[in-house]
Amino acid sequence: MKEPIYLDHAATTPMHEEVIDAVSTCMRETFGNPSSIHQYGRQSRRLLDEARRTLANSIHAKEKDVYFTSGGTEADNLAVIGTALANRDKGNHIITSKVEHHAVLHAAEYLETIGFDVTYLPVDENGIVDVSTVASHLRDDTILVSVMMVNNEVGAIQPIREIGQLLNEHQAYFHTDAVQAYGLLPIDVTDLMVDLLTVSAHKINGPKGVGFLYSQPAVSVQPHLFGGSQERLKRPGTEALPLIKGMEKAVSLFKNDLAKEYEAYRTLFLDQLNTLGVKYSINGNLENASPAIVNLSFDGMNVESLLMNFDLEGIAASSGSACTAGSIESSHVLSAMYEQNDERLNSAIRFSFGLANNEGQIKEAAKRIANVISRLQ
Amino acid sequence: MIYFDNSSTTKPLQEVAESFQTVSEQYYGNTSSAHQFGLDAEKLLRKSSQQAGQLLGVGEDEIIFTSGGTEGNNLAIKGVALAYQNRGKHVITTAIEHPSVLESVRSLEALGFEVTVLPVGESGVLDVDAVSDALREDTILVSVMHVNNELGTIQPIKAIGQLLKNRAHTFFHVDMVQSFGKIDLSLNDCSVDLATISGHKIHGIKGTGLLFARKGIRLFPLFHGGGQQNDRRSGTENLGGIVSLVKAMRVMTEQKMHHPDHFRNLNHLMRIELESMDHVIINTMNDQADHILNFSIPHFKPEVVLHALEKRNIFVSTKSACASKKEEESPVLKAIGLPRNRTTSSIRVSFSYQNTEGEVELFTRALKKVIQELNKVMG
Ligand SMILES: Cc1ncc(COP(=O)(O)O)c(C=O)c1O
Ligand SMILES: Cc1ncc(COP(=O)(O)O)c(C=O)c1O
Repeated sequence: MKEPIYLDHAATTPMHEEVIDAVSTCMRETFGNPSSIHQYGRQSRRLLDEARRTLANSIHAKEKDVYFTSGGTEADNLAVIGTALANRDKGNHIITSKVEHHAVLHAAEYLETIGFDVTYLPVDENGIVDVSTVASHLRDDTILVSVMMVNNEVGAIQPIREIGQLLNEHQAYFHTDAVQAYGLLPIDVTDLMVDLLTVSAHKINGPKGVGFLYSQPAVSVQPHLFGGSQERLKRPGTEALPLIKGMEKAVSLFKNDLAKEYEAYRTLFLDQLNTLGVKYSINGNLENASPAIVNLSFDGMNVESLLMNFDLEGIAASSGSACTAGSIESSHVLSAMYEQNDERLNSAIRFSFGLANNEGQIKEAAKRIANVISRLQ
Repeated sequence: MIYFDNSSTTKPLQEVAESFQTVSEQYYGNTSSAHQFGLDAEKLLRKSSQQAGQLLGVGEDEIIFTSGGTEGNNLAIKGVALAYQNRGKHVITTAIEHPSVLESVRSLEALGFEVTVLPVGESGVLDVDAVSDALREDTILVSVMHVNNELGTIQPIKAIGQLLKNRAHTFFHVDMVQSFGKIDLSLNDCSVDLATISGHKIHGIKGTGLLFARKGIRLFPLFHGGGQQNDRRSGTENLGGIVSLVKAMRVMTEQKMHHPDHFRNLNHLMRIELESMDHVIINTMNDQADHILNFSIPHFKPEVVLHALEKRNIFVSTKSACASKKEEESPVLKAIGLPRNRTTSSIRVSFSYQNTEGEVELFTRALKKVIQELNKVMG
């Protein structure tokens, strides 16, 4: 069997070996409950505070505004539902986009079922939300705007800073799901003018099951979980210290030139496909996208047989978000970008680069893909 | 070091840490991905559900992996309440539940639910008749913990299960966080519909846990999103955490089988010593859970005792870890009607399978010295 090549880093990433070490070390050495008042508890509390500081620094936020969660999904739910419920006295309208991750979209749909009015903004054919569309849908009773920073299917970078500026004078809080941007794009919550921001560790070579929500102090958020007084009541439950230490380690391994590295992979990948004569079209616009994600449609092909054959050739790619729980539904993101029966919807594959890759693999991947395509033609 | 604070949290077992490490190295795919990496991960997830199911005597499709006890309790309570509110809006629980149950239940009041919080009386054990009396036509959920985390009292789960068995419209949730692996509870014999387990109380990893939810029970999800775990719990599964949780469950189950008298022996030994000490009053009645022993030393600040023991490298707790800071009085001891001089001076000792009789002896000797010294200081 051929050595498998993992090109699905947007679904999840391998844990960095130093992250695995950090988790293991924490389990061995610091097992106290951070709420315990004896030295084991205090030591855990110290490590927890330290991690919170590292993570806060990574987005130029204050420590006390970082709330640990069990991942991106929980943080998105807390941001969208929690903020909506806590601010209902100020209005009933929420704005989000059609291309959000399901953690935001389904949370918004839930809000609709309990009487909130939700606007799902359209995107252009590159998957990008236009700031003027946000402006035109903004109402006096809008209480929350949630737009992701980088789309997980096509990599489109949204104009977060511009939306932040637009909302600066408005009562609506601004949430951004930065799960796919974190570690690749610079994030400064003050500069971006975001009030809430979601991060998940398993997309940055950290552990699964941990993430955080940044929430600036003026935002009131109704907690999702009830219990002890951890995370200043916003997120009770014994803190997952080993996982949090793993996330902290992953962040401390961030490299400034990571975006360049992945851009080089992306360029190499597309060049190789071109050289090998593979016919494809790019979904989205490379200039305004995360270099780690490239979404291609292969003319006349069909997603399921592409994925199956890629898999047989040892290429792990995906049809879009991994999170549609195994089913290959047509992508809500591409559907928002294109006309209903656009050919490109039927043959779109997402390739996403990361830690598991090197240059040789990228070339080899292009070769295998070319083989599959010519075989299927 | 003598660690007698295992009800706050436990040290992860070597095997647990190794499971996490192996899975993290070898199975990094997303269980929802359609390629080989994803399928391998998915297979391992299935196997973990099967094994967890076997250990609990239930089906693999009745297991929902969570981020811990707090999420499990919230999912059980809010999940059932929101899914079945058309049937009724009455929920019953007890005054000595963990805050993750009590506060979840209270949060329902804002949604128009009526909540009955049953007192437990001096014994700390719930009277089944009180449950029976509280039941109404519109009661959709009864939530009672198996073992109380502060006092170690064992609640009559079987009798409550019997009572609820023929009520198709009333679900029964049990917080098993403090009992799993230490005290037997058959989910089937006791007609339990939902049960919560937390990884870090059984030598697993913090931030792992599971909820058992009997087949057919609808749960309104806490988190909306990718629809993982049959739409009951969205969010990418922490596979390393899940495998290590099941490993911890297995080891605990084996230890319970091989050392059925372990906790009883430690408990008896400690009781005899404590009973002989002036100033010490044991709060946990006989014949309750043997791995938790709560006592008060009236007139001594429990923190002072705790730190004095800590200087001797012995670790206990004053009350449940989550409540350590806010209140002075233990809400659980207060709920069983103890006088203030006892509710404000309690110490909890909680054992693991790693603790020994020798440690109990060292502890009691140290405690005597501590009391002597403090008496002197207080003159
Ligand atoms: C953009 C985005 N938001 C949220 C999530 C959910 O994060 P998690 O898997 O940690 O729940 C994902 C990934 O699954 C994502 O890509
Ligand atoms: C009885 C009981 N239930 C629930 C919990 C909460 O579990 P976790 O800390 O995993 O959220 C605890 C411990 O804190 C507990 O003792």
